[in-house]
Formats: sequence, structure tokens, C-alpha cells
Amino acid sequence: MTIGLGHYLTVAAILFTIGIFGIFLNRKNVIIIMMSIELILLAVNINLVAFSAFLGDLVGQVYALLVLTVAAAEAAIGLAILVAYYRNRGSIAVEDINLMKG
Amino acid sequence: MIFPAIFFYLFSGVCIAAAFMVIAARNPVHSVLFLILAFVNAAALFILLGAEFLAMILIIVYVGAVLVLFLFVVMMLDVDFAELRQGFLQYLPIGAFLGIILLVELVLVLVTWTIGPNVQQTIATPIPPIASMFNAEALGHVLYTRYIYFFQAAGLVLLVAMIGAIVLTLRHKPHVKRQNISDQIARTKASAIEIVKVRPGQGL
Repeated sequence: MTIGLGHYLTVAAILFTIGIFGIFLNRKNVIIIMMSIELILLAVNINLVAFSAFLGDLVGQVYALLVLTVAAAEAAIGLAILVAYYRNRGSIAVEDINLMKG
Repeated sequence: MIFPAIFFYLFSGVCIAAAFMVIAARNPVHSVLFLILAFVNAAALFILLGAEFLAMILIIVYVGAVLVLFLFVVMMLDVDFAELRQGFLQYLPIGAFLGIILLVELVLVLVTWTIGPNVQQTIATPIPPIASMFNAEALGHVLYTRYIYFFQAAGLVLLVAMIGAIVLTLRHKPHVKRQNISDQIARTKASAIEIVKVRPGQGL
């Protein structure tokens, strides 16, 4: 009944898969796609902290802190782009985003 | 020894269920609220792992700032979300297929994976025992000395993100009066005052 590293890695793997699944499932809604990305980053953070705790190395937590910083910056910029896009086009549907013909 | 296991299964179960509801909820506001629930439970898992500082950061910074920002944006944009949900079931098979493949791969990695024998010798900064130093203190000792450049780089990333978000969303409306300091300073007596001689009995 003791909880090992594998348990945490399993939780992180399930969260990661849910994040990927969410990107495919909500292909039209940018906001849900961004939330799925947040879930993926959370799974990565759980992995880092679990390895840090079970190997006894503090670097994993430092790295998780940096991942958290980058995730916050990404969310802020992404939402700002979303708001600017909505002002210009009046819609946030993903398939309408084809201005650059990419 | 049974309580850590009970709490682990409680927190991880709620976390996974909330994460699933994030992608399955009909209303995006509910999605954000479920995401908050998932992050709070992940913070509880961090506490179980002994990373209290990261758990508090996750709650304060993530739930308190980033997810509330999400909530603002979702509520501010007047979007017909029912329309965005069309074709939801169309992508379900391919998404489920890829998700199951990914999960099987990850589980295969977990089953066959072991910690290498030399890992214990290569640990860069061992976690000090909890009796001598708390987690936040230990993290500070490492973060401000050995990883100071990474810390500064993280601050720079946040600065750039802040400036970028402001530049992207700031807009000047044409009919709003604002203070223009250079105009005010450039004003002189000659440009501001006009002296008119009014002769008595004639008017202007």
C-alpha cells in the first residue's frame, strides 16, 4: 500500500494523455486547447517533482519552477493574442484563423 | 502508513476526473473551474511529495492569477460556444485512438523502466533533511546561488510576456482625452495667450 514513484508517474501520464486528447477533441475552441496545454505542463511538473522527491535531488523542483514561469508567460501571451484576434475578427474559431495562409 | 496512500488516491483521482471534465464540459466557464480543481489537487499531490513551496506557488500564482485570467477572458469574449462544439464527436475516434496509443506507450515506458545504478552518485543538489531546513529555504539556497542565471532568465521571460501582453491588448480610442505631457511642456506664453486690444465704445 506504499505509494512509489510509479504511482505519481502514472498520474502524470494519464494527465498528459488527457491533455493531448483534449487538443484533438476540441479542435475548434482555442481556449480549451490552451487549457489542455496547461494540463500537459502540469503533468510534466508532476513528473519533475516526483523524480525530485524520490531521487532526493532538488534540481527537479527548480526546473519545475522554471516550467511554471514559462507556462504562466505562455498563458498570458496566448490570451492576449486571443483577445486581440477577437477584436479584429469577432470570432475565435480555429478554422477561421487562416490569415497567413500557413 | 495508510493515510498517505488514501490521500494520494483521493487527490489523484479527483485531479484526473477534473482534468477529464476540463475537456468534456459543455460550458468553457465550467472547464476553467474544473481546471482550477485539477490544479488544487495537483498542489495537494506536491505537498504529499514534500514540495510545499511549489504547491503554494501553484495555488497562488496558477490558480490565483493565470486561471482567473482564463476565467476573465472566457467571460469577456462573447462567443457562441455551442457553435464551436460542433464536430465534437467527429474528432472523437481519431483523438481517442491517438490518446490510447500514447497512454499505452507511456505505460510501457513505466513498466520497463528502472533507475540507473549510478544515479545516486550524480545528484547535483541533494535535498537537505527536513529537520535542518524547510523546502522553501532549501529551494532558495539553491535557486539564488547555483541557478541564479536561470532565475534571472525566468524573470526576463516574465518581463517580456508582460510587455507583450500589454502591447497586444492596449488600444487608444480616438475620442478619449488623455494627458499629453510633451504638449503641455512645449506650451509657451506666445502660443497660449492672445492679447486683444479692446477700444472703448467699439467692442470687437
